[in-house]
Amino acid sequence: MAEFWDQYAFPTIEIVFYIVLIVAPLLGGVAYLTLAERKVIGWMQLRKGPNVVGPFGLLQPLADGMKLFFKETIIPASSNRGMFFAAPMVTFVLSLIAWAVIPFDAGLVLSNLNVGILYIFAISSLGVYGIIMAGWSSNSKYAFLGALRSAAQMVSYEVSMGFVIITVLLFVGSLNLSAIVEAQSGGFWNWHFFGILFPMFIIFFVSTLAETNRAPFDLPEAEAELVSGYNVEYSAMTFAMFFLGEYANMILMCAMTSILFLGGWMAPIDVAPFTWIPGPIWFALKIAFCLFVFLWVRATFPRYRYDQLMRLGWKVFLPISLLWVVVVAGWLFAMDKVPGA
Amino acid sequence: MDELLREYLPVLIFLAIAIGISVAMLLASGILATQKPDSEKLSAYECGFEAFDDARSRFDVRFYLVAILFIIFDLEVAFLFPWAISLGKIGLFGFWSMVIFLGILTIGFVYEWRKGALEWE
Repeated sequence: MAEFWDQYAFPTIEIVFYIVLIVAPLLGGVAYLTLAERKVIGWMQLRKGPNVVGPFGLLQPLADGMKLFFKETIIPASSNRGMFFAAPMVTFVLSLIAWAVIPFDAGLVLSNLNVGILYIFAISSLGVYGIIMAGWSSNSKYAFLGALRSAAQMVSYEVSMGFVIITVLLFVGSLNLSAIVEAQSGGFWNWHFFGILFPMFIIFFVSTLAETNRAPFDLPEAEAELVSGYNVEYSAMTFAMFFLGEYANMILMCAMTSILFLGGWMAPIDVAPFTWIPGPIWFALKIAFCLFVFLWVRATFPRYRYDQLMRLGWKVFLPISLLWVVVVAGWLFAMDKVPGA
Repeated sequence: MDELLREYLPVLIFLAIAIGISVAMLLASGILATQKPDSEKLSAYECGFEAFDDARSRFDVRFYLVAILFIIFDLEVAFLFPWAISLGKIGLFGFWSMVIFLGILTIGFVYEWRKGALEWE
């Protein structure tokens, strides 16, 4: 019995505790990201944004959440019920479990998988299923068209994201996310963001915009033509779960940008006043900066047409990133910098 | 616990907790909120009028084409992952092998580009 407690029960309780430590700030972050989005875009358009509920509108996300919680859950008569409920759950669950392998500081990671980046890649690929299931099971034309567009868009940009990840892995020689961050130690000039990978950083960031269906690639929910795309039939908590999932995915993609290119938890300069600030704070700051750029892009750029979107993905990003895989590998050999050689 | 379990158990527990949270949220809202469905409310949304027909009709074949192209290139990425992390061990021979492989794939890519498979006019 004692062995059972020591070997299984206590570790499990510990793991549950850590998961709560990840999920609670994440959901809080999602809630305040929605407020930040409205505030930032408000300021950029010389408006005030939400400012009624609580001081500076700080309780607005709570009010929105309560409102959605107490709305009626509509199940369209012609829908496939099982799939209709499974779709938002898939989106939400996938956006949470990807965080299991994200390192917040040296050694501060829930599950230090040696194939961490493959895990993230697999989970974010599965995200398409939530959208396809929603579009199919709703049995509504708008939802169906929105889901088709969204799926085609996500898979198109996933390919170039894959190639970009390969170019980063060439520098690191490991699939472990902590190893990817540690390969960038020493100061901001060692971050992958600088040097030969800079074009890949741009491609990766733009691809994350498309992957999360954000402006200027928000065609799946083009409100003028598809009203809201794949989630048009969803209401109350089912809608809220799509919403939470999408925003958690945005934060995840920003975390991936930070890990792959911006040095993860590393301080920008490896000297005293900067290293006093703990790693998770640096990591959060980098994520917050990326998220700010997400919002900034949304306030600045008009929406792409669908043919432009596909052209950018298949005819610009794919050839460039494919070429860059070869260029980076060749460059590493030429400079004698291949890891593990 | 052995190594594999220690690494993957947190992922499994995380999955269970995430599913638990989502089910709890749906159930709680379904129970606590007022549910008053009627046939108009439950019909599929189609800009005010009643839905003409089933939404699962034919759709543009180009979406299908994109899916097929995606499979080819995603497989390519899957081949590149092990190559990328073992490049130090396989050396220049591995590098040139992959260049040849990518070259052949590029021929296919150029072909589909010229055939207009990537066009969305």
